[in-house]
Amino acid sequence: MYQDVILDHYKNPHGRGLRDGDAEVHHVNPTCGDEITLRVKYDGTTIGDVSYEGQGCSISQASASVLNELLVGKDLAEAQKIQETFLELMQSKGKIEPDDAMEEILEDAVAFAGVSKYPARVKCALLSWMAWKDATAQALGGAEAERKTA
Amino acid sequence: MTQLPGLLDTEAIRKDFPVLDRVVHDGRKLVYLDNAATSQKPRQVLDALNEYYERHNANVHRGVHVLAEEATALYEGARDKVAAFVNAPSRDEVIFTKNASESLNLVANMLGWADEPYRVDHETEIVITEMEHHSNIVPWQLLAQRTGAKLKWFGLTDDGRLDLSNIDEVITEKTKIVSFVLVSNILGTVNPVETIIRRAQEVGALVCIDASQAAPHMPLDVQALQADFVAFTGHKMCGPTGIGVLWGRQELLEDLPPFLGGGEMIETVSMHSSTYAPAPHKFEAGTPPIAQAVGLGAAIDYLQSIGMDKILAHEHALTEYAVKRLAEVPDLRIIGPTTAEDRGAAISFTLGDIHPHDVGQVLDEQGIAVRVGHHCARPVCLRYGIPATTRASFYLYSTPAEIDTLVEGLEHVRNFFG
Repeated sequence: MYQDVILDHYKNPHGRGLRDGDAEVHHVNPTCGDEITLRVKYDGTTIGDVSYEGQGCSISQASASVLNELLVGKDLAEAQKIQETFLELMQSKGKIEPDDAMEEILEDAVAFAGVSKYPARVKCALLSWMAWKDATAQALGGAEAERKTA
Repeated sequence: MTQLPGLLDTEAIRKDFPVLDRVVHDGRKLVYLDNAATSQKPRQVLDALNEYYERHNANVHRGVHVLAEEATALYEGARDKVAAFVNAPSRDEVIFTKNASESLNLVANMLGWADEPYRVDHETEIVITEMEHHSNIVPWQLLAQRTGAKLKWFGLTDDGRLDLSNIDEVITEKTKIVSFVLVSNILGTVNPVETIIRRAQEVGALVCIDASQAAPHMPLDVQALQADFVAFTGHKMCGPTGIGVLWGRQELLEDLPPFLGGGEMIETVSMHSSTYAPAPHKFEAGTPPIAQAVGLGAAIDYLQSIGMDKILAHEHALTEYAVKRLAEVPDLRIIGPTTAEDRGAAISFTLGDIHPHDVGQVLDEQGIAVRVGHHCARPVCLRYGIPATTRASFYLYSTPAEIDTLVEGLEHVRNFFG
């Protein structure tokens, strides 16, 4: 479960800290108390920045770092594809063995495949991704229906 | 092997608990240190559940057939066992619920619907403490919101005890009910019941005690406690899940209104109105958790065959050993009393900056089961400025060797994240 990639991101997080954004959300994982405050900045439909501050376990914090690394600079449609693929992997209960195609989409995020075997930890890994989805819906005036918490 | 005075013969006791023989994660021997969340069940309790379903299963208090009579005798027999276990003056003071949360919600709702002199309303106050489990916070918040009553609480000292320095301002003539925990599930603190009850009695307030972490671990005497209500749950004391207890003083149970309506709690019913059965049945609407009550009765038999005073001594010895050993782990900070004095066998701690979820996960990989998170006592975590804790909690089958394994496991955690 604790892949080196995850521990690296935990110890040296990418893009941590709050910067200017179009929308801010605060999400918590009530079962364990992981918290994240996350801001998104859009240039049109391109993700200019995802900044965040949070506290929690290595999985939740590393996941936010990977999210930053993967999504900043991407177009929204591409980012949504990554988010959906990550969600699918995390909800797979360990049954998906990431193939080359999935690895190409998820890059470092495939390291979380092992976490999907631990139901109690899946929410930790998804916390920042659900926050990003929520913040994006708010920033771009997305439908209320999109505003779901993890 | 470490020998401490007061320890039980855990080698013999552990033979009664099949699950303790389990190996997990590639041959690791299970070290179960999550007893404050739920205890394991001895063979005697599992057999009682099986025998009930295999030989006696029927609904209780209705029907005249042999199984119905046997089931009723077993269910009511369990009530007798609980009454004796807590030294209740009368068996009719023992109400079966599904857990301690339901017991506490029942008290809050009795008072919310009560007439004078018990009625909680906008001119009255409710008192709890900052170290309560959410189950002894939220029902009172709900009651306060619905009635307009003011909710007050005792704060905590830096060393994990109740701050009673302002007791006369917190408990006043306006106080209707004081509800507090006997042994904290997160801090392990054993609270000074007498001091609080004396003040509550001075102002004529009722007292409700959450004994969920006390009933499994020490002799419990409701008459000596002098409380008005005592709540606890079966599954933390070797019984099955789905069975809890509310003990209440008889005259209160007679005066206070029912909460849940339904079968079994009535005397007569017409389409216009109903009259109610006497306590405890007044508070037990619907088919009760029969097998679970029988299982709790078997758990009480089991605990009493060992002796609650001996279980208390065993856990005290373990706790003394554990706080000493845990103090040897660098960066480990115990959240709660750091000595075994007036302390139960649940020990919460933080380990440097390593998040408790990570601590728990790496311990789990070594077969060590602990609880991580805020333990349904988030205000305590806020009070001490921490997001969560790791908690190890012991029971009658726990051993010093398991504490040694925990300490070694924590060293491994430190190296892993260091």
